[in-house]
Amino acid sequence: MARKEAIQLRRDTRSLILAFLLPVLLLVIFGYAISWDVRDIRTAVLNQDQSAHARELLDAFRASGYFTFRSDLARAQEIGPLLDGVGVQLVLVIPPDFSARLNAGRPAALQAIVDGSDANTATIILAYTRAIVLSYSLDAQLQGARVNPPVTLESRVWYNEELLSRNMIVPGLVAVIMMIVAAMLTSLTIAREWERGTMEQLAATPVARAEVVLGKLLPYLGIGLVDVVVSAVLGVWIFDVPFRGNVLLFMGLSAFFLTGALGLGVVISALARSQLLATQIAMIVTFLPAYLLSGFMYAISVMPAPLQLLTYLIPARYFIVVTRGLFLKGVGPEALWLQGLLMIVFAALGLGLAIRSFRKELG
Amino acid sequence: MTDAAPAIAVRGLGCRFGEIRAVEDVSFEVSPGELFGLVGPDGAGKTTLLRMLAGVLRPDGGDAQLYGVSVVRDPEGVKHEIAYMPQRFGLYTDLTVMENLDFYADLYGVPQAERRARLERLFHFSNLAPFGDRLAGALSGGMKQKLALSCALIHLPKILLLDEPTFGVDPISRRDLWLIVHEMVEEGVTAVVSTAYLDEAERFDRVALLHGGRVLALDTPARLQRGLSGEVLVIEVEAPRAARDLLVDHPKVRRVTLFGDKLHVTVASVASDGPAIERVLRDAGLSVHRAHKAEASLEDVFIERLAG
Repeated sequence: MARKEAIQLRRDTRSLILAFLLPVLLLVIFGYAISWDVRDIRTAVLNQDQSAHARELLDAFRASGYFTFRSDLARAQEIGPLLDGVGVQLVLVIPPDFSARLNAGRPAALQAIVDGSDANTATIILAYTRAIVLSYSLDAQLQGARVNPPVTLESRVWYNEELLSRNMIVPGLVAVIMMIVAAMLTSLTIAREWERGTMEQLAATPVARAEVVLGKLLPYLGIGLVDVVVSAVLGVWIFDVPFRGNVLLFMGLSAFFLTGALGLGVVISALARSQLLATQIAMIVTFLPAYLLSGFMYAISVMPAPLQLLTYLIPARYFIVVTRGLFLKGVGPEALWLQGLLMIVFAALGLGLAIRSFRKELG
Repeated sequence: MTDAAPAIAVRGLGCRFGEIRAVEDVSFEVSPGELFGLVGPDGAGKTTLLRMLAGVLRPDGGDAQLYGVSVVRDPEGVKHEIAYMPQRFGLYTDLTVMENLDFYADLYGVPQAERRARLERLFHFSNLAPFGDRLAGALSGGMKQKLALSCALIHLPKILLLDEPTFGVDPISRRDLWLIVHEMVEEGVTAVVSTAYLDEAERFDRVALLHGGRVLALDTPARLQRGLSGEVLVIEVEAPRAARDLLVDHPKVRRVTLFGDKLHVTVASVASDGPAIERVLRDAGLSVHRAHKAEASLEDVFIERLAG
């Protein structure tokens, strides 16, 4: 059974291309597209002061590397239209009395107007702005004098030293991609037998249900594991994501996770009996939960309680812990035993349901 | 019926799809080594009946036993002894002829040691040997059917269930197919074959005429033909359609049917009624080329039974 499926698969170039290209494509697209790092903040300046102080402040912004200055404005009326478009995210307004107040030792104000339509980005922009202004005013107050502040914070971020969001996204993405590709691939196989009329002949043979299901899963498990390797290598190679864990442990847990997802695909396939419907269902039941509820995009801890409960049912949630743990933290079995156990449960469940759902009966 | 235990015993078998009763209360027995025909128009229930016998469709009522194994209680147990060939080509078009044969040999658990001999025998009948490496999808309709039959026969089944095996098949492949079936029956295999071609029905040992999910008649082809009430007069006449319209209300004519350009007229006795009927046609100005008494064909029987 597995051999026949493998031969068929080899002849089915379209499926093969899909099987290998889809993960690469997803990884590259999402890997590049999704980033919470805010850089190159497009900034416009309305400088009504034109003093040395104002220039110093703006230089501090420029030196930080997070801001690119797009335009100098002459009048306040220009601000509105500028923010309405997408060209500018931040407008800094330096009032005419800025240096005068500073020189007089009185508090001076700087106005920052942020495009808040992307709340996340706006928050980050404001935080950067605040930090720069804070350090500038500290400098201004001390007038260059060196003092030792009573408390300094020496922060060290573990596992993702540069706080790059792609280091967090890529391992999660590997998990999401596996879920989608695996369920998609197998969702086609049994539906195809129904569609082409080969199921009737197959059903009339004494072949055991488990044999059919396993035979269909094995070649796809092989492909899935190749996909895992490909996406992991791509992640390390293109996106410079570290891989610190044990490769064998990673492959082993991936195999269990894939088995579960492949089994789920068979269940869908056996119920849908049409390839088109099967892929659509596979897409909905795997992609959306794996994408939205697995903690890949949105932290589970900020979800409303009922949704949080729901996430416990999403296998990708646990697998993402595995991939992030192995990529970034390099942890071993002692940290992942629970997830490993759940992967095995998922595999057994997927397989069991697949065999139960597949019927050698027409009508 | 013979004294031996039947190979197939069907009792009160029924199956419905929603409101449609595809097969209703069908009962018959088939003896070991018998070539049994299921004959009837499309929608008569032939396919549904065969699917239930093959254990791929669960009956709603009744039961069928194949060599004592019930299709209701043990549908998987039935499958070891049968070869089922569905009407729709059910092999993998993206596998070669040999790969399909190997696959089915695997499914039926045919030992490697025996495969060679069996394949050679099947190739001998099917003439498929030169096409071993060809993709099944690239075969002609007749060759596809022969391949499907070969796959079904790879495990030496005791019972053959063939659903319209010659449908849409060229005459030469059709002859090959029947050759294989007859050969298997000679060896003691029991075969149940459905067909919509009535001319093929005369090959069977016994025939069940199916219509609307029920068995209308069941007997040997010869006895079915003899059982036809009255006799058949075959008339070759110019303008056969006009002739039919003339005869259809004639008091002596029980039935008149157009077969190609010949009229089959059923009367009580050709000897006494024949001349009167020819006269009617001549009086109407139609020239009768030939008129003779004929054996009732199964088509005549079938049409009579449907009408009755």
